[in-house]
Amino acid sequence: MDLSALTVESTRTAVAERVLNPVALAEEFYKKIEADDPQIGAYLTLCKDRAMKKAAAVQAAADKGDALPPLAGVPVAIKDVMTIAGVQATAGSKILKGWIAPYTATVVQRLEDAGAIVLGKTNCDEFAMGSSNENSGYFPVHNPRDLSRVPGGSSGGSAAAVAANLCVAALGSDTGGSIRQPAAFCGVVGLLPTYGRVSRYGLIAFASSLDHIGPITKTVKDAAILLRYIAGRDKCDSTSADVPVTDYEAEIGKPAKGLRLGVPKEYFGEGLDTEVSTAVETAIQKLAQAGCEIVPISLPHTEYAVPTYYIIATAEASANLARFDGVRYGHRSSSAHTLSEMYRRSRDEGFGAEVKRRIMLGTYALSAGYYDAYYRKAQQVRTLLTRDFENAFQQVDAIVTPTTPTPAFKLGEKVDDPVSMYLADIYTVTADLVGVPGISVPCGISKEGLPIGLQILGGHFDEATVLRIAHVYEHETGTGR
Amino acid sequence: MATSTALPKEVRAKYEPVIGLEVHVQLLTASKIFCGCANRFGDPPNTNVCPVCLGLPGALPVLNRQAVEFAVLASKALGCRINETSIFARKNYFYPDLPKGYQISQYDKPLAEFGHIELHGTNAGKGAGTTKRNIGITRVHLEEDAGKSIHDGFADSASSTYLDLNRCGTPLIEIVSEPDMRSPDEAYEYLTKLKEIILFTGVSDCNMEEGSLRCDANVSVRPVGQKEFGTKAEVKNVNSFRFIREALEYEIERQIELIESGDKVVQETRLYNANEGKTYGMRSKERAHDYRYFPEPDLLPLVVDAAWQKQIEATMPELPDARRQRFVRDFGITAYDAEVLTASKSFADQFEEAAKAAKNPKRVANLVQSELQGRLKAKGLTIEQSPISMKGVAFSADLVESGAISSKMLKELYDLSFERNKDFPLIYEQEGSPKQSTDTGALERIIDELIAANPKQVEQYKAGKKTIVGFFVGQVMKASKGQANPSVVNELLTKKLES
Repeated sequence: MDLSALTVESTRTAVAERVLNPVALAEEFYKKIEADDPQIGAYLTLCKDRAMKKAAAVQAAADKGDALPPLAGVPVAIKDVMTIAGVQATAGSKILKGWIAPYTATVVQRLEDAGAIVLGKTNCDEFAMGSSNENSGYFPVHNPRDLSRVPGGSSGGSAAAVAANLCVAALGSDTGGSIRQPAAFCGVVGLLPTYGRVSRYGLIAFASSLDHIGPITKTVKDAAILLRYIAGRDKCDSTSADVPVTDYEAEIGKPAKGLRLGVPKEYFGEGLDTEVSTAVETAIQKLAQAGCEIVPISLPHTEYAVPTYYIIATAEASANLARFDGVRYGHRSSSAHTLSEMYRRSRDEGFGAEVKRRIMLGTYALSAGYYDAYYRKAQQVRTLLTRDFENAFQQVDAIVTPTTPTPAFKLGEKVDDPVSMYLADIYTVTADLVGVPGISVPCGISKEGLPIGLQILGGHFDEATVLRIAHVYEHETGTGR
Repeated sequence: MATSTALPKEVRAKYEPVIGLEVHVQLLTASKIFCGCANRFGDPPNTNVCPVCLGLPGALPVLNRQAVEFAVLASKALGCRINETSIFARKNYFYPDLPKGYQISQYDKPLAEFGHIELHGTNAGKGAGTTKRNIGITRVHLEEDAGKSIHDGFADSASSTYLDLNRCGTPLIEIVSEPDMRSPDEAYEYLTKLKEIILFTGVSDCNMEEGSLRCDANVSVRPVGQKEFGTKAEVKNVNSFRFIREALEYEIERQIELIESGDKVVQETRLYNANEGKTYGMRSKERAHDYRYFPEPDLLPLVVDAAWQKQIEATMPELPDARRQRFVRDFGITAYDAEVLTASKSFADQFEEAAKAAKNPKRVANLVQSELQGRLKAKGLTIEQSPISMKGVAFSADLVESGAISSKMLKELYDLSFERNKDFPLIYEQEGSPKQSTDTGALERIIDELIAANPKQVEQYKAGKKTIVGFFVGQVMKASKGQANPSVVNELLTKKLES
């Protein structure tokens, strides 16, 4: 079976039409994972028994002639920052090694209610902190397009699993670009929904006001399909919005003619790789040919986005990660004799270097005497960034930019230079800070054969327009399936 | 007082104490503040827990509407202004019974502000109430309680601490006063009043033994007349109002002695040891806290708009002070008795219900005052422990009112009630539902005999000394063993003596 040909759309149709047997399909995927994943490292945990049972249940329903749920039998992968009852959840950290979650994240529950089959939990940077997946507490992920390169991060395992056909689609999480950047690096589609569009219940928090869950897929249509089933108000997440869920699949069929696309000059300056620049500009021309109006715009506070992000994200992380204290679950140091030793040693042994760096940065930013200069100032800049976008969306329907300044870099290339690593998120962090939706779609291949991503950002809760433009672009270029 | 210092009065008089109190009150909601777990004291350890209150990775808080309503009700009862928008914040510190490593509380935008409690100086004894004073309430905010660390009671308690996380997520309000109190007595009265008000609202049982009301005190001293506050100490770990008064007493004298001997008061947290009646400074390591408050990103700002406030306020019961004034007005009782009758909401309700059902409500109040109080005092009982319920008092009041029993009979039946620890109606029944005699034939015979036997008194009566009739009434009652109806006796006597 050619698993690379399978999309969410084609799989669910084939299962619904009794052409594909979900049990056999899941078996095929596990075979491929067994064969290919040792080179890639996309999965941290496989839940085969559980998946096979679920697949058998779908098959039984199909055999009985029952109507099947909308995602029946579609094999998916879940980034290991989301919980599934009875399955280990590590968030890519050693501190949670062996922790079996007693409850299931809302997004996973919704996918499973829709009939999807979870194959396993994917690798990621520890607590979603990183842009290369090299911060995984277990092992790095290799980019399926070039094994010497990083898949991006922090949802590198999910992006790699989709790109390497180790699942049909996956869920990732995006706090500063962690869905879109690895999607761009791996040549797949990554969707960041509006903040509040998708429940965070069961998402192991990195930075609560910035964390988003979204799909990583092979096609824009697949992203639209998955979003429909994971989106919507959840009474377990107070920050999930009570905004009706659109039928995104229907929306993307509409033409893009007449839509105004803003091109922010701040996203095409210093540090942007010429190949990426050329690919993105070509993509914008394609969209113009499809009838979009191209409008030069300015997002004047863009240069402050990365520092603002690293203050707010680390401040929230410093509190979110306080619960990993060795008291009730996760790693507890065996060499501690006092309570404070237990805290310090458990955390020292359990957390990796980047996580510790961020906890310290965030703790500092919130400290007495520094709060106003850092945290409060960052919140003020966040408001200015939001205003930039509000102003922009007065003039345009969507904004198009590169997803990343460069294509995938080599493993080890940036591990000793955190600031240069942080700058890999320069085009993606702002959408998280502002809470608007965005997507990365493949828009070309570099001379070295590396995928390049086009980012499309939309107004709050306007995923439909973002998906629609991405879908039109995909069709114009024939990159969709 | 447990204080051992003997500060000369004139030295003490040179200083004015300044006291502010922080009171934590658990709210009696059905479920916890941020999850659906039962909010119940005394269940087996770690049974009322879920991913949210255990702070498991990925779990998120969802605010309990009833907790908000209770907090608003309490805030309004304390005269506070509700902030239409308040913000939850994370208070960060590591402790084993705080599973998230932070407490969800409120910081710079609390639920309510600018309240007050009116003190009447009642603590100065009976007859007080002339020195009305308002103690300001700075703020009331909502937060979650932490779990409990259990340091003893296990075989390996010397080396291990056990955790009971049932209490995690119990809704709390923290009520912070202004530094307006000037004596331990005032602090005591403030707490008594605060507890009474909260009890009346019904949002908490304010049980200090079970920890549903907890209090920390900030105290400093300054030379009388000085405007600036002195350096304060925070006194914690005090688990009764009496101990708070004692701890403050001790702390004030300690601070005065320090200043008098040329030392300085250090700003610190001090723990009270009730056995010794002393406070002790905590080690510096334990007090070096920077809580790094910041807005809780998992919760939206709490909005309690005017309409919701109005809806909540509509459920406000009559508060103790207002009720007391009404009792004085309606039942013609003294302010002191009104205070006693409103010791708790449930008791005041019982009293009022009984009084209203009785033929003469005032008589019920009078009986409580004249017959019940003395007997309770003699037995060292509170009015809530009285063998005679308010219904019993009302029942007895009706018997007297209808003339079925005399007040002398009532006194005897009350005595029996207290002796046998049984309510009045039961004793009355057990005693065969005695009725004072109105059998005029028998009475007439007694009176005739008395008149014949006491010619001197009859003469005095006829000479105009009408008060002598009292002598005859007494004799008739004696002869009838108290069963005679005094008004009937009076009538018959007058008739016979006049003839």
